[in-house]
Amino acid sequence: MSVQQFTPQAFHRQAHEALGDPQIRANFRRAMDGLMTKRRDVFTDWDLETLRELGANIRLRALAKLPDLLEQLETNCQTNGIRVHWAEDGEAACRIIRELCEARGAKSVIKGKSMVSEEMHLNAHLEAAGIEALESDLGEYLVQLNEQTPSHIIMPAIHLNTDEISEIMHDKTGTERTRDVDYMTAAARAQLRERFMSADVGVSGVNFAVAETGTLCLVENEGNGRMTTTVPPMHIAVTGIEKVVEHLRDVPPLYALLTRSATGQHVTTYFNMISSPRKPGEHDGPEEVHLVLVDNGRSNIYQDDELLDTLRCIRCGACMNHCPVYTRVGGHTYGTTYPGPIGKILMPHMLGLEATKDLPSASSLCGACGEVCPVKIPIPDLLVRLRKEAVGEGRGNVPGAGVKRNRKEVAAWKSWQWLATHPAAWRGSTAVAGKLRGLAPSRVGPWTEYRSAPKLAKTSLHALVKAHRRAKDEGGES
Amino acid sequence: MSARESILKRLRERTDGPLQAPESDFTVVTGRGWDTGERIERFERLIGSVHGEVIHATLTDWTAKLAEVLTAKSIRRLALGREHPVPVAARAALLDHEVELVDVDRDIETWKREQFESVDAGLTSTRGGIAETGSLWLWPTPDEPRLISLVPPIHIAILDSETIEDTFFDVIERHGWATEMPTNALLVSGPSKTADIEQTLAYGVHGPRELVVLIRHPQEAT
Repeated sequence: MSVQQFTPQAFHRQAHEALGDPQIRANFRRAMDGLMTKRRDVFTDWDLETLRELGANIRLRALAKLPDLLEQLETNCQTNGIRVHWAEDGEAACRIIRELCEARGAKSVIKGKSMVSEEMHLNAHLEAAGIEALESDLGEYLVQLNEQTPSHIIMPAIHLNTDEISEIMHDKTGTERTRDVDYMTAAARAQLRERFMSADVGVSGVNFAVAETGTLCLVENEGNGRMTTTVPPMHIAVTGIEKVVEHLRDVPPLYALLTRSATGQHVTTYFNMISSPRKPGEHDGPEEVHLVLVDNGRSNIYQDDELLDTLRCIRCGACMNHCPVYTRVGGHTYGTTYPGPIGKILMPHMLGLEATKDLPSASSLCGACGEVCPVKIPIPDLLVRLRKEAVGEGRGNVPGAGVKRNRKEVAAWKSWQWLATHPAAWRGSTAVAGKLRGLAPSRVGPWTEYRSAPKLAKTSLHALVKAHRRAKDEGGES
Repeated sequence: MSARESILKRLRERTDGPLQAPESDFTVVTGRGWDTGERIERFERLIGSVHGEVIHATLTDWTAKLAEVLTAKSIRRLALGREHPVPVAARAALLDHEVELVDVDRDIETWKREQFESVDAGLTSTRGGIAETGSLWLWPTPDEPRLISLVPPIHIAILDSETIEDTFFDVIERHGWATEMPTNALLVSGPSKTADIEQTLAYGVHGPRELVVLIRHPQEAT
């Protein structure tokens, strides 16, 4: 299996290649169809609109009080014995984690699933410092064995089918080639148990950080998150600053929305709430717990009333599961840590519009993402906003704003606007254009890649209607 | 300026000005109004749907049922606490059983490999259950530490039927979690599972392959 490097700059080429790959098309189509059905079925007993309203409202309240809640979270965590660190960007967060590892002389890190750690490329940073970082979520483990990145934020190995996974495990770990999923799961269990026992540090993400109690909540099915946060002597949790919620009672509605929206489950196997390191007299759990709060562009998104909605996200992945573009091109095509609709509205803030200018326009604006979002993020509106920012018609507060501005295009629209608001000039120019229609180009950029070029009619509709009326009036008189 | 100060400063000096915090109405996650029978039925149906195994017992015969489970599943070494009434009663009842009882009130560093490799099952009490999602809630203690519900391949949990409540929200509110969060609070809903290999469900990926919930009913209810 070839290992390919994907970049957002090469989105169009990557999309073209993915569309021509029947394996990718089939793997994603099957998975997304299943996930959409499961989500729909699991919400049947619920007043879904009221629940989504509550979810959006809880997230909005948390954002409205964000600086105060972050301070409250910090105070309560520290009272509980959890040390809190702040990082301006991914690199600073990597450095904090590396230094914590080095202070303990750690050589190996076992990881629970964390998209923030992907966003800041933590594994590569630790490896460069001679610290081994091993993923323990089965999907992440498989993706890491295959030297890839996750193609979905909830199901990292969704782009691989059983045969491909069997081949990867055979190549990298020496297991038998098989289609027996239980055998492969048991093999991975055995391989990773050894590593849980020997790891010096566990690194995890956080689904919700509760300000009121200083509690870190982790949502998972496998138990690797509990292992990661319980077995090694030090646990480092890393999270974006937007993951905080005000009260403990804010958690049940968000958890209800998260599992159902993500995978159509009523609940996950484990909901793990950590409020302190091992206390005197307790027999297991880490001696040290650290929380790293990462900004990495989030406080800039926070400045703008419209863009702020991006930060409501609880990372369920429903938007990608329901996205007709994501389903066809798969997660890697985007070339960014977060793929799909949420990636398209989040990554431009992290990487700048120079690198990601093609992402907001890789959408038909069908609206499915906004309709299923459990916290009602108006994703299509945000896509439109980022398109405006890219062509310099927004507020200019997204990095790289105006990168797609094209003087010819601007001039063309300006002339069209002038013509369309001056009827005499409009009639004159359409009449001339109709006469010269033979000169119109037959290829107009990407538009004509799969379509024939539009041609002006010989006579405009206005002229036709006028002629028709005249004929009718004359006929009536005779 | 430290990272902390500059992040907080940016958030406080927001370009578009301060935000209004809305009030929240939590009606949709509470007020189910189920009776005990409905709660037990829902709990069993939901935890059963994710491979949790439910066994009904009374306050008097539950240890006999537990012994049957141990025999049926060929459990030779069972890890359990020593102080909570559940492990105390289990220990007393299992004296004549061939199962070996493993003490868990030891620092994990002293017996990590033993727990990972040679314990067949962990027995724990539970604080309660949640009918809506088929979940157990556990607050591990020094007597019943965090890992015994995770590391052994089988987890046996003892649940009293009257401690099952309607929703997670109800549990948090009624039991005042916000004022006394323990080191680790857990919801457990079934055995460990994954669907990371082409959406095919497999159980026991990192945690227990099997979860057995022994529900103890008050005498008159059975």
